[in-house]
Amino acid sequence: MSGNGEALLEVRGLYIEGESDEVRTGIVKGIDLTLHRGEVLGLIGESGAGKSTFGLAAMGFTRAGCCITAGSVVFDGVDLLNISDAERRKIWGVRAAYVAQSAAASFNPAHRLSEQHIEAPLVHNVMGATEAKQKGIDLYRRLRLPDPEHIGARYPHQVSGGQLQRAMTAMAMACGPDFIVFDEPTTALDVTTQIEVLASIKNIVHELNTAAIYISHDLAVVAQMADRVMVLRYGELVEEGETAEMLANPQHPYTKSLWAVRSLQKEEAPGEDVLLEVRAVDAAYGDVKVLEDISVKVPRGRTVAVVGESGSGKSTLARVITGLLPPLSGAVLYEGKPLPPALKTRPKDLLRRLQMIYQMPDTALNPRRRVRDILGRPLQFFHGLNGAERKRRVKELLEMIELDERFLDRLPSELSGGQKQRICIARALAAEPDLIICDEVTSALDQIVAEGILKLLLRLQDELSISYLYITHDIATVRAIADSIVVMYQGEIVQQGLKHEVLTPPHHLYTDLLLSSVPEMDTHWLDDLLAERAARKARGETVLESADQ
Amino acid sequence: MNAVFRTILQRLGFGVLTLFVVSIIIFTTIELLPGDFAKSILGQSATPETVAAFQRQIGLDKPAPVRYFDWIVGVLQGDFGFSFASAGALGGGQARTVLSLVAPRLANTLFLASMAAIIAVPLALALGMLAALYRNSLFDRIVNLTTLTSISVPEFFVAYILMLFLAVKFPIFYSLANVSLDTPFFERLARCALPAMTLVLVIVAHMMRMTRAAIINLLASSYIEMSRLKGLSPWRIIYYHALPNAWAPIANVIALNLAYLIVGVVVVEVVFVYPGIGQLMVDSVSSRDIPVVQACALIFAVAYVLLNLLADVVSIVTNPRLLHPR
Amino acid sequence: MTNAPGTNPDQANAAAIAEAAPPLQQRSRWQTAARELRRAPLSAQFGMIIVLFYIILAVFAPLIAPYSENELVGVQYAPWSDEFVFGTDQLGRDMLSRLIFGARNTIGIAFVTTLLAFLIGGSLGLLASILGGWADQILGRAVDVLMAIPLLIFALVLLSIVGPSWINLALIIAVLDSTRVFRLSRAVAMNVVVMDFVEAARLQGEGLSWIMAREILPNILPPLVAEFGLRFCFVFLTVSALSFLGLGIQPPAADWGSMVRENATLINYGDITPLLPAAAIALLTVAVNFVVDWFLHKTSGLKE
Repeated sequence: MSGNGEALLEVRGLYIEGESDEVRTGIVKGIDLTLHRGEVLGLIGESGAGKSTFGLAAMGFTRAGCCITAGSVVFDGVDLLNISDAERRKIWGVRAAYVAQSAAASFNPAHRLSEQHIEAPLVHNVMGATEAKQKGIDLYRRLRLPDPEHIGARYPHQVSGGQLQRAMTAMAMACGPDFIVFDEPTTALDVTTQIEVLASIKNIVHELNTAAIYISHDLAVVAQMADRVMVLRYGELVEEGETAEMLANPQHPYTKSLWAVRSLQKEEAPGEDVLLEVRAVDAAYGDVKVLEDISVKVPRGRTVAVVGESGSGKSTLARVITGLLPPLSGAVLYEGKPLPPALKTRPKDLLRRLQMIYQMPDTALNPRRRVRDILGRPLQFFHGLNGAERKRRVKELLEMIELDERFLDRLPSELSGGQKQRICIARALAAEPDLIICDEVTSALDQIVAEGILKLLLRLQDELSISYLYITHDIATVRAIADSIVVMYQGEIVQQGLKHEVLTPPHHLYTDLLLSSVPEMDTHWLDDLLAERAARKARGETVLESADQ
Repeated sequence: MNAVFRTILQRLGFGVLTLFVVSIIIFTTIELLPGDFAKSILGQSATPETVAAFQRQIGLDKPAPVRYFDWIVGVLQGDFGFSFASAGALGGGQARTVLSLVAPRLANTLFLASMAAIIAVPLALALGMLAALYRNSLFDRIVNLTTLTSISVPEFFVAYILMLFLAVKFPIFYSLANVSLDTPFFERLARCALPAMTLVLVIVAHMMRMTRAAIINLLASSYIEMSRLKGLSPWRIIYYHALPNAWAPIANVIALNLAYLIVGVVVVEVVFVYPGIGQLMVDSVSSRDIPVVQACALIFAVAYVLLNLLADVVSIVTNPRLLHPR
Repeated sequence: MTNAPGTNPDQANAAAIAEAAPPLQQRSRWQTAARELRRAPLSAQFGMIIVLFYIILAVFAPLIAPYSENELVGVQYAPWSDEFVFGTDQLGRDMLSRLIFGARNTIGIAFVTTLLAFLIGGSLGLLASILGGWADQILGRAVDVLMAIPLLIFALVLLSIVGPSWINLALIIAVLDSTRVFRLSRAVAMNVVVMDFVEAARLQGEGLSWIMAREILPNILPPLVAEFGLRFCFVFLTVSALSFLGLGIQPPAADWGSMVRENATLINYGDITPLLPAAAIALLTVAVNFVVDWFLHKTSGLKE
């Protein structure tokens, strides 16, 4: 799996600046990189680390608004930064290729997959049309796409996300490049779909001895794919080394903190006093049924985690509980009494006691209102607080979320992602609720920031005895915060119970799939998982694999 | 293919419905006329018999829905009724049909509009694409400023400036475009030169700006970046990747601007005294010749609706999601 | 977090830059406005000066004009001289004074009409975006139909019925133009309505008027302001065109459009005097367009 010593790509002292609104900022600040033939190098970092920009620059490509101000990118003896555009175009697509994060946006909706696949080999005169098509079918087969002979005749919108990502990988390999830059290829996919794509990419890169730069923020994923790892932060290199070595013995404190994040665990505590009960609820959008016979109990002061992938109906459940989507049948009971199904018919006090926090802090706060107004409004609306009393309470709320007075006058655009999410939490707390529905509240945050939010939520639950209905797709988060778990799949509950019950085998088939699909910080995890699944299939057991094949 | 046909039919159906409602609106506005307008048309000294005869002639004695129905049926057969102007002048005698007034004028206007469109559309598209490709270059900035100025200026200003400098001070072209049925083709072209030039200047500016915006928007897509990363030349990116996705926005731009043409034609015809349907409408509005006004308004509305329909159909037919459903 | 799927490369870039940059220092609104004004391109600065100039002319017309609006002061079509800077018109009134008073009348009507169009169209658009469902459908269809007839033509039809007077003019154009404002305000409001903070407000029990006024409206102001400028230009040009055709502002009021028509014969003698009111119209529209263009460029955030 590791390279054979020959240096293919050498990046030295690269500085990249970006221009936004006439202000120049450094995105990449002096990074060196060496890539050997056949080697897979992982680039890890949180957002703002500059990994994507750096990855593109390793091909000699910069986006509009960015420019390389210093450094060299020597590819097979040629400095890509010193040659003409035409020369660079001869390299792109042929000897160096790129796989983008979103396959759906990166394929031209107007042309078939195979047409776009053979474009690069044809235009660069690498091979003729028939040969390119044949090679394409072969690549599709190796990437385990269904119906490889004919899938190329489809249009991008006719193919699912996971399949499209593999088709894009095939397209990148069409000319047999020396190296490929993979830019977060599985981030947008469900965790169960991710497995197939990861396995396919890993195998084919190995088979064709292609070098690769694999960019991701997910350490466990990179651990499966890369021989060596580089950790970036704010455009600078923090640490680099062999994967296994780095996983076992991180040196730099930042690296250590990244590694440690996934270990937060909550002590499970069953609860008896039921606060909210969902009883046999069915729901639909128009004719399409989205929830089928859902029954969940949320005890006072406890956390129920609702886990599922996209299309499972978990967000719909939240909408039914809050009254945005009245159910077709069944009821939602609060403290034993049925809730009016529609939001409009609920009394103010009921609205106060049921709060919601959203996934994207950017869109969850009104960009035109300052923090003091955002927090002040529920205080005024629900508790009738005004003047000095309200100011005092706002300060208290800020303390609760571990921020201080400086933040009172800020607009959301002047806050970081984690700070915005804390304000959202404070807004929910201002109402003094009994139950907070958290809809993927940490999914859009970097791991370290997310950990901070989870710790905050746990502390608040302890102090104020708030219940959480925590919706997520991430198992690590579930381990960190839940007392009991509800697993949903395509609008139905497949398994529910206390945390330890659900997380220890024997599982429902889907739970098993979900849990096993979560990457571990072990370089052999992927291989082991695939071997195990193959073995179980060979023994004749039913093995559920992702719906998106 | 089914999805495409269905969508087109839906769109056509909606277009027909719109036209129907528009015709009702145009008809109904007549109902707002004050009651004694007959007198104001025929003159205060008209006798009660003349007024009554006139009212019968234009069918004012029948209830409104019946009158509408009669009118619509007539319109669909090409009969727009009789012009008031002649009715008044001749005191209830032989009135000229609206059709005989409108038809030759419509032909003239179509000639002028086509002349302008044939020059303006390719020119605007080419300029717009070049400006989008070389955005923020000196060329782009100059063109941007010029077109911004152009769209801000009233049509009659452009018209009079052209007239002043190209017909009066330096008599290169005709200052008045008075053509008639038997004007030979090339003389027609020459006489229409200034009006057409005015229209072209106004339309090109609008169309070029919209094309530029549409292309820039398109070029910002992820798949365009992907095609760059495949090492494709700029020309291939434009014609293989960008163009197939550009038909819909460009068709929209063209349709919108041809609609501008329809309105611009009115002022231009008045300035250059060109016997087209625009000038006819203005004159009829001044003389309160209602049937003519109705007919002209209906024709303009139909043209407008048809253009928008065409743009929608082009978007439907070039949409790969509709052409190849899952 | 890394980019959501489907963001285009420019947005991704901006996001990366934003994350990598140190926290913004806070500026007050005035400081930001002053900084923007200083950095505005030449065309926008030129535009702003011109607009200011016109506003002063319109407001202080009686103090600036040498003669009154309708006073007969000389012979017809007198040439330019020291006494009458731009000569006299077809009745013997001073052109310069009528030009200055025309600013009041023409700009005044255009402004009032645009304001009216905005009040009607803007509030209906906001309402349609929030209410959704039947209300939105019905309003949308009605607007589609009204927009199926070109504005100038429709205005001509209605004016032929009710006769031209400045109130009719203003009302007719305002109602017809409000359809365009409706479309725009509904479109931008829809972008805001789907944001989580609007749903959060709903869940916190906020009523319709609060959501419209405090959650949605402040977030759609920039495009609405830009659109106000654009619609003002359009209305201004339409009113001038109608007056030019004799169906707008009626004599003896000084109005640039009708002034062009009244003095048009002078063109045949090579005299540019009739072009002056036309140039006055053109200059104001160009100026407003320059300012709006710059404003849109600033607020749209599009990387060009």
